[in-house]
Amino acid sequence: MQKDFRLEWRQRAALSGMLLYVGSTVFVCYLSFALRGGNLPVPAWNALFWIILLFTAVNAVAKGFLQESRGRQLYYYALVKPQAVILAKIGYNALLLLGLALVAFGAYALVLGNPVQDMPLFLSTVVLGALGFASTLTLVSGIAAKAANSHTLMAVLGFPIMIPMLLMLIKISKNALDGLDWSASRSSVLTLVALNLIVGAVSYVLFPFLWRS
Amino acid sequence: MAKNWWKALTVLLLLYTAVAGLLLPVPRLAILNETIRNLYFHVPMWFGMTIILLTSVVFSIRYLRNPSPRLDTLSHGFAQTGILMGLVGLATGSLWARFTWGTWWTNDPKLNGAAIAMLIYGAYLVLRSSFADDQQRARVSAIYNIFAFAAAMPLFFILPRLTDSLHPGAGGNPAFAKYDLDSNMRLVFYPAVIGWTLLGVWITQLSVRLSLLKQHVHEKQLA
Repeated sequence: MQKDFRLEWRQRAALSGMLLYVGSTVFVCYLSFALRGGNLPVPAWNALFWIILLFTAVNAVAKGFLQESRGRQLYYYALVKPQAVILAKIGYNALLLLGLALVAFGAYALVLGNPVQDMPLFLSTVVLGALGFASTLTLVSGIAAKAANSHTLMAVLGFPIMIPMLLMLIKISKNALDGLDWSASRSSVLTLVALNLIVGAVSYVLFPFLWRS
Repeated sequence: MAKNWWKALTVLLLLYTAVAGLLLPVPRLAILNETIRNLYFHVPMWFGMTIILLTSVVFSIRYLRNPSPRLDTLSHGFAQTGILMGLVGLATGSLWARFTWGTWWTNDPKLNGAAIAMLIYGAYLVLRSSFADDQQRARVSAIYNIFAFAAAMPLFFILPRLTDSLHPGAGGNPAFAKYDLDSNMRLVFYPAVIGWTLLGVWITQLSVRLSLLKQHVHEKQLA
């Protein structure tokens, strides 16, 4: 599994492209809101941040399966168990998304201001979000890669499944922004953790079937 | 006749639902008034949809364990009926909301959850239509069916309970099983749930038979 992880890591050529993507998205948002004098109301700040992360995640994870050649997939197939492939992919995607999310947050806070009052809670929301996006989108990109017109399909299949997760994330990070007490968001955090576990477990069980075809 | 008793039961239950649901006395509540009778038509749609979509997922799981075109057709048929019931549920709910809340649609967790469920199954249909190969279509759409159900469905039962909602059954609004669902209404409500669910199964049976026959004809033409 570690080897597989390293194989993933080696094809990180797209990473700089993703970083640039995040950077330019944030900048476009900044310029669009500069008309209002540059300071966003807090709920809008929150919503915009998560929407940027959502689109970044879809684009970043889509590369995982869609850009892989058929020959390389056959090679993996002969080499390792499917469970190892999905775990490695989820792990890699989670780290990738976490990195991208932190960069996005840095750039975002730099140009649009940083109204976060409870930093630890906000950062743990970002970590949970990266994990959740990674585990959901990895399987979805695997599914989409099998079909024709995969890029459109990726968004169509992924977004509805992610909406509940996204709503929870926005709610918790809103609490973090307002500096509410931890107890206010504990049940949401637990639900989110449970949801991540469910999605991860289901991906783990289902991926061998997808891999075989 | 021995095999078709449940169809007769469906017809009887739905006739009973329509007659008793529209004529029997119901509790007088402010704002709700007579629209409370929608309980017999709107709520069973969601019960039925959940049961039927769950059946679709069960067939998808069975397909993955033991692939056969028949199981795939069954799973697809149940998903389609589930979508139909969901759309009818949205329509009846929207009509009800027009007369009690004064609007067709509001921003409410339950309403949004229902809309998301419809989006997911719309995506399922789009996914099915984008494969040329039958076996691959069956396998991949079965995977998506299970995954989507596991990832999103629990949330539709949990999320509305975490937040306040305008919808009956949440946030202290007149609810189901609290005080307004008195024993008279139960007498109609449970038969209605069973009747509408059986109707869904019946519709599915017909559509599955039709598509199996179509496949059969198609294979004969190819041969």
